[in-house]
Amino acid sequence: MALDVRIENLSFWFGRQQVLNNVSLFARRKEVTALIGPSGCGKTTLLRCINRLYDLYAGARIAGRITVGAESILDAGTDRVELRRRVGMIFQKPNPFPHLSVFENVAGGPRLHGLAHGRALQERVEACLRKAALWEEVKDCLDRPGALLSGGQQQRLCIARALAVEPEVFLMDEPCASLDPISTMRIEELIKELQEEYTVVIVTHNMQQAARISRQTAFVLNGELVEAGPTAELFVRAGDSRTEAYLTGKMG
Amino acid sequence: MPDKKWRQIKSIVPEAVCCLSALLAITVLFLILYYIFLRGAGVITPSFLTALPTPVGVPGGGIGNALLGSLVMVALGALLAVPCGVAAAVYLDQNPQSSLAAATRFAARVLSGVPSLIIGLFVFTLLVLRTGRYSALAGGIALAVMMLPVIVLTAEEMLRLVPNSWREASLALGASKKQTVLRLVLPAAAAGIAVGVMLAVALAAGQTAPVLLTALSSVFWPENLLQPTASLPVLIYTYAISPFTDWQQQAWGAALVLVVMVLLLNMTAQLFIAVRNRRG
Repeated sequence: MALDVRIENLSFWFGRQQVLNNVSLFARRKEVTALIGPSGCGKTTLLRCINRLYDLYAGARIAGRITVGAESILDAGTDRVELRRRVGMIFQKPNPFPHLSVFENVAGGPRLHGLAHGRALQERVEACLRKAALWEEVKDCLDRPGALLSGGQQQRLCIARALAVEPEVFLMDEPCASLDPISTMRIEELIKELQEEYTVVIVTHNMQQAARISRQTAFVLNGELVEAGPTAELFVRAGDSRTEAYLTGKMG
Repeated sequence: MPDKKWRQIKSIVPEAVCCLSALLAITVLFLILYYIFLRGAGVITPSFLTALPTPVGVPGGGIGNALLGSLVMVALGALLAVPCGVAAAVYLDQNPQSSLAAATRFAARVLSGVPSLIIGLFVFTLLVLRTGRYSALAGGIALAVMMLPVIVLTAEEMLRLVPNSWREASLALGASKKQTVLRLVLPAAAAGIAVGVMLAVALAAGQTAPVLLTALSSVFWPENLLQPTASLPVLIYTYAISPFTDWQQQAWGAALVLVVMVLLLNMTAQLFIAVRNRRG
């Protein structure tokens, strides 16, 4: 079940430095929302607020409101472990657990959350690998370490791993940044399929990618959300001159 | 061209000095091994390894009780130091910036530099004087104090080598911090931590002062942990400074046994590292 993600007046500080300033954004369910903007503008931080991964780092401070579905997730009482199960994340560099086999990489999450056992677990692993368009390539080497796959396969393994714990939202932090064009294309096709069931928020430096896969695009600059709108409109006629400058390569 | 020649000399001389120094280090090790082997190999028989010591002049004396005592005390030391040291390293890894972590790191570095004699005296005052008896237990505790800083520092180093991206992957899947440490970080660092433990054990096995001051010595088999217990280093020390040639002979034999044990531990550790590197 996909859920809407609503970000309201979000500000974020790291120590004394303000990383995000009063950002509001609505990511609709079953849509891909792309975050674009120059390096260091706060896109990744914004993403990491949605699953509260920023909690890991000392000196992080946050103000504002984020709701995933009906739940306000920045409250002190939020079950972060459950939140992170519902909000999956794909990282810039593929990070399968290298000491675990392909199978265990996918099976570990459901086992951890007690979602499936035995035969049901095997079926779930297969289903997730199929959904991630990886099954045909790995079905004969499920026992081999995940680290032995190619970069593109590793990233699809990470997507299968995230799928296995039944998330509702997918956060993707430049998932194709370290991949070749063919692997990138496969991941993009996968993202298009994912949006039929999930909410996807993706950070990308590749404007063509944003144009190809997203329904909505948000432009972030220096910690502020300059504008957000339907991708098709934004790329043709940006509302803000800074967005236009960025999109046409005059900035960043 | 003189200039070119000068440059060549400038590059060759330091290289030669480094090479010779490395050679010197290896030579010293091999000389020690060679000499101990030469003097000690003749003494070693199965009964030497298993028999009790005999008084001067009585043939057939062995080092069985000292070998067993050493193994017991080193094992006891490891049993105490490994869980404590690894747990401390996990704390350091999870809270790298905290002031307790800084204090722990500082203490571990200082402790690893404290002379073993002082550690022996410390446990002697704390346990032996209070309880009025030398014991294998006190010896094991003294060795644990010796091992602890080595284990804490190497284990922290090994935990830090586990990339942040793996931990984030685990947390992003909804694993708790505890699950991430127990199921991902510790298993990934286990081989490295095992190497640290082996090096710490090798270091402790050869320590003389801490066991001499805490377990003293004995000519009997150890029956429980609360009585004076023989150990290899103390036996070597006692026999080597004695004026009797048969004891001196046996000291060489015991030294060979000890050195081979330490060498085997170090080689196993190296093997571990090699296997791990090949996999990673």
